Amino acid sequence: MKILVAVKRVIDYNVKVRVKADNTDVDLTNVKMAINPFCEIAVEEAVRLKEKGVATEIVAVSIGPKECQEQIRTALALGADRGIQIQTDGAPLGSLSVAKLLKAVVDEEKPDLVLLGKQAIDSDNGQTGQMLAALTGMGQGTYASEVNVDNGKVNVTREVDGGLQTLSLSLPAVVTTDLRLNEPRYASLPNIMKAKRKPLDVKTPEDLGVTVSSTVETLKVEPPAERQAGIKVASVDELVEKLKNEAKVI
Amino acid sequence: MTILVVADHDNVTLGAGTLNTVSAAADIGGDIHLLVAGANCGAVAEQAANVAGVVKVLVADNAAFEHHLAENVSLLVAELGKNYSHVLSSTSTDARNMMPRVAALLDVDQVSDVIKVESADTFARPIYAGNAIATVKSSAAVKVITVRGTGFDPAAAEGGSATIEAIAADNNAGVSSFVSEELAQSDRPELAAAEIIVSGGRGMGNGENFELLYKVADKLGAAVGASRAAVDAGYVPNDMQVGQTGKIVAPNLYVAVGISGAIQHLAGMKDSKVIVAINKDEEAPIFQVADYGLVADLFEAVPELEGKL
Ligand SMILES: Cc1cc2nc3c(=O)[nH]c(=O)nc-3n(C[C@H](O)[C@H](O)[C@H](O)COP(=O)(O)OP(=O)(O)OC[C@H]3O[C@@H](n4cnc5c(N)ncnc54)[C@H](O)[C@@H]3O)c2cc1C
Ligand SMILES: Nc1ncnc2c1ncn2[C@@H]1O[C@H](COP(=O)(O)O)[C@@H](O)[C@H]1O
Repeated sequence: MKILVAVKRVIDYNVKVRVKADNTDVDLTNVKMAINPFCEIAVEEAVRLKEKGVATEIVAVSIGPKECQEQIRTALALGADRGIQIQTDGAPLGSLSVAKLLKAVVDEEKPDLVLLGKQAIDSDNGQTGQMLAALTGMGQGTYASEVNVDNGKVNVTREVDGGLQTLSLSLPAVVTTDLRLNEPRYASLPNIMKAKRKPLDVKTPEDLGVTVSSTVETLKVEPPAERQAGIKVASVDELVEKLKNEAKVI
Repeated sequence: MTILVVADHDNVTLGAGTLNTVSAAADIGGDIHLLVAGANCGAVAEQAANVAGVVKVLVADNAAFEHHLAENVSLLVAELGKNYSHVLSSTSTDARNMMPRVAALLDVDQVSDVIKVESADTFARPIYAGNAIATVKSSAAVKVITVRGTGFDPAAAEGGSATIEAIAADNNAGVSSFVSEELAQSDRPELAAAEIIVSGGRGMGNGENFELLYKVADKLGAAVGASRAAVDAGYVPNDMQVGQTGKIVAPNLYVAVGISGAIQHLAGMKDSKVIVAINKDEEAPIFQVADYGLVADLFEAVPELEGKL
């Protein structure tokens, strides 16, 4: 079984972003970048499926400028077998364009399972996996906390509002990862070295016959409203008094 | 301009987030139709017809829609959606699961998590865990949008008198099926709808200690939430997680107990009206957003608080 994993290069989750003074975007100059945490969980799941003998090959794909090869290398160091970078420059693509490019890769690679993160922590879109599933006609298991491949099907347990739900999907299928699916390993130094020699193909949207465009334009990006600084209370009594008489919320 | 709102429901009760979504639709302007897709969901259709501002309720009652499988429901919504200017839903997991499929089937981009309607084509939404607010303009023929409930007051559940129209649909993509579900049982209010939320973090130490918070919550009629660390550690189930990648809440009062205040947690609760933090570390970042901070050991402060309510 072949697995395709989509990994996105995003701001490191520990960094607090700032909005640019001209309100056109957030400021990403000299900011630490990393693999989107949910994508890291997706790579880990693929590697575990390979270790269990369920998967035979893992292909990691990332869409973006040349720098996103770093995140593909991270995936290769974690255990993916080869990488594909789809080179795009300029403004980051919307989820629909990303999904169309991934569909073109799916058409070429014919994976049995496509793993993505449930959301990218920069755009906070949470759309790409579902869009890819729609474009390819595949079933989808989003917000996965457990994935079991068995007999041409995949059973996915999903974190939903009320608790957990399990679905059965025909393969090929799309699965998007949630936080509890697994705990990603760290790449060892020898594996990081080995990853440098693994194959990494570079393609363009034209190679894949996809025209990227967007129906959504960003007009401005602003910082959120700041909260007024609060006070420290000295005791539980004072807290209860303030909540009753000042804030009037209890 | 006519707007289609896809209702949230469990085949029995209309989901609370739908009322906030109807308000967002009203801000856009135009007639509002509500779609109830489910199985044996007549009761939901009745409730939907009573929502103030809704002119028509479409009911697709078929076994194919019983568990809201995205593959099936999206086919129906995309088919209907072609005839609307906007298709809206809440940000429930059902809606977030299904709507991007609709957008892809209609070949349009989706605008997720809208918190403000500027005009019929311009919307504000948080990005980067709420550390920035983007204003975006959509030129899509059909605007597919999910609405974050905390951005909009709920529409009145009563007072409307929409017509109810049954639609014959049995869209079945045939690629997915429901196996089982394990839903949390609780008599406390739901996080999304609660006026007061008491949340616990890693500082709670274990699941049993959450009893301390349940007691406080029961005195206040509050819901109980948690940080990711508390969920990951197995203290409480996943549906209690508040944050960037969990539930987004904005109650009148949010009490954070033994929670440090990571960016990802703040993203889910910093729009609460009043925030209280109880933490033994006076440097904890949660105090930067708290209206009232109490530096104390929670194992002393929380039982004392419960006694004094
Ligand atoms: C991709 C991604 C998504 C994430 N999504 C979310 C999300 O949606 N929601 C979320 O919450 N987190 C999320 N996180 C995790 C987040 O970064 C933090 O790790 C998490 O919020 C920490 O939880 P915590 O505050 O309970 O634990 P800690 O940071 O460990 O804090 C525990 C606090 O308890 C205090 N404490 C300990 N004992 C006591 C005591 N006896 N009395 C009083 N205080 C005490 C300590 O002083 C400390 O401040 C996400 C992370 C990533 C990478
Ligand atoms: N530029 C990209 N390159 C590769 N994968 C992506 C890209 N953008 C999004 N994805 C995938 O889609 C998931 C969800 O992203 P989003 O829908 O943007 O929140 C991510 O976790 C990735 O797995």
